[in-house]
Amino acid sequence: MNAAYEFVTGPLAWAAWGIFLLGSAWRLYSMYQLAKKKDASSMAFMDWGFSLRSIVNWLIPFNALGWRKNPAMTVATFVFHICLILTPIFLVGHVMLWDQFFGISYATLPDNVADIMTLVVIGACLYFAGRRIMQPEVRYITTGQDWLALTIVLAPFLTGFLAYHQALNYDLMIILHVVAGEIMLAAIPFTRLSHMVFAAFTRAYMGSEFGGVRHAQDW
Amino acid sequence: MGIAERLIEDVGLRRGVSKLTPEKIEKIVSAVITGETGARLKAYAETCMRCGLCAEACHFALSHPDDPSFTPAGKVHQTMGVLLRTGGKVDPEFIYGMAQLAYTECNLCRRCVHFCPIGVDTAYIISTVRRICHKLGVTPQYIQDTAHSHSATSNQMWVKDDEWTDSLMWQEDEAREEFPGLRIPLDKEGADIYYSVIAPEPKFRTQLIYQAAAILHAAGADWTMPSEPGWDNSDMCMFTGDFEMMGRLKRRHFESAQKLKVKRIVMGECGHAFRSVYDVGNRWLGWRWHPVPVIHAVEFYWELIQEGRIKLAKKFPGPVTIQDPCNIVRGRGLQDKLREVTRFLVEGDIIEMRPNKQHNFCCAAGGGVINCGPPFKNQRVAGNEIKAQQLAATAEKGVKTVITPCHNCHGGLHDIIHHHKLGMELKFLSDIIYECMEKPEA
Repeated sequence: MNAAYEFVTGPLAWAAWGIFLLGSAWRLYSMYQLAKKKDASSMAFMDWGFSLRSIVNWLIPFNALGWRKNPAMTVATFVFHICLILTPIFLVGHVMLWDQFFGISYATLPDNVADIMTLVVIGACLYFAGRRIMQPEVRYITTGQDWLALTIVLAPFLTGFLAYHQALNYDLMIILHVVAGEIMLAAIPFTRLSHMVFAAFTRAYMGSEFGGVRHAQDW
Repeated sequence: MGIAERLIEDVGLRRGVSKLTPEKIEKIVSAVITGETGARLKAYAETCMRCGLCAEACHFALSHPDDPSFTPAGKVHQTMGVLLRTGGKVDPEFIYGMAQLAYTECNLCRRCVHFCPIGVDTAYIISTVRRICHKLGVTPQYIQDTAHSHSATSNQMWVKDDEWTDSLMWQEDEAREEFPGLRIPLDKEGADIYYSVIAPEPKFRTQLIYQAAAILHAAGADWTMPSEPGWDNSDMCMFTGDFEMMGRLKRRHFESAQKLKVKRIVMGECGHAFRSVYDVGNRWLGWRWHPVPVIHAVEFYWELIQEGRIKLAKKFPGPVTIQDPCNIVRGRGLQDKLREVTRFLVEGDIIEMRPNKQHNFCCAAGGGVINCGPPFKNQRVAGNEIKAQQLAATAEKGVKTVITPCHNCHGGLHDIIHHHKLGMELKFLSDIIYECMEKPEA
């Protein structure tokens, strides 16, 4: 078990972070090259001010028409993303790893708060899954890719929760948790999770078109 | 559920599909996707999270609440989604449904933009599907006829060159009974205003040219209309996916204005033509902005009113409601000017449809959908039950007049009002200005 733990927190972690960071950079770079080559009539209208205007307006809950018309989904989406990003970054156990390996230390979330935030992520994943099964308009467009993305995100939080509460076999669970987290990182550039990399740009483009050309709101 | 279960017979689609082979389909799909699209389509296809929020956006989806195949993402899923997944390995019958969906069940109105957190542009995706259909030769008969007319005559309605000038001189002649000093100046070099219209105006709404001439005359405008092709600002080729023809049409329009050395182009009350001249055609030609400034009639009337150049003898009796045309509201942000012009013209309330302004529901006619003709009319009207409800709600509050500054909206709303027996009348702003303005010479 110890050797396995060493491996997943050592070489495998380097690999996962490497794939995540280099993969994302490569995807961004190649997408930018493609855009320059093939989408000049769109690129010409990119504008910082209107990009930010659009991004900010969409980051305010219940501001955009789409958010207002889907209140449950709005709440789920916002709390899901907030907890999804903050929990792993500020979890005591994770900060301790940064400290242990690199001597980096920073503020942490109290364990019980992180526990609740983990449950929020798990709950939101179940809600998204429920929508995919129960709501006809979501079921109709759901593909294997969407289930894959949801599973990849759910796994590290579920295993992390079980490990923290020492349910089942802790030693096994913590290894599964680390691997699940690494799979998530490595999957970001190459699955639907790539919206983490690209969404700011698609949003910015729409904002630029609506702001600069159409003189209308895009939210 | 899906397009395959609601196919409608159309001669153009059927003949086009009959000439297809799987090899040809695969070749053209791949030629368009690798040759003409890039990061935009790739990013949209990859990052659409299939969340379904856009279902609430689309009038077709809201009018068919039990059928998810009408939602924006559902429509992409059945068309571009399949092409990307299969690399274009689909059979000809699939292309029939794909074309019917792309041409007749999406108005490219971009209301779904307000619903997508990622910023996916469904109208762009469906336009690209249409582009593929065009290159496959699978287009609905009626709209293809107008595209043929564009190629042969540079106007949408097979108006012959002499018929065009005849129509203008006829309207001038008629108008001079009412306004003895009125002229429709042809080919006047250096005029302030180049007034352009869509070909359906000389073809069957000729009174709109009369009214425009009357307004320009009363306002003391320095204006002209061209005698030669280029006068038609409309563009069905943009909607069939014949972008090469779209480029030729827009070039001809702009060059016609440039040749006359006019200061700017004022366009009549049409939405799709504005989209083509203001937003789409210029880009295809590589112009970031327009070689000649372009302004829509709503904004032009607003300017005339600001400058005190339109004087009213009376006001138009309200209450009225306003149809916000997608292409000048989501396409140009003219919603407030439209209301200011309306307030200037109308006595009584403006009873708003909800939602309105840039969140308006489309008329279901635009985007070339009404131009696909009679075979698809019933589906189009049924696809906008939600607009019928909006209109009925204002009718209950006493609204008899719908101010509708767009030809396609007129067509779409006319069919909805007639079908639901709502008893409302549609007015262009120019109808009302002409009716209410001072006519000192008359």
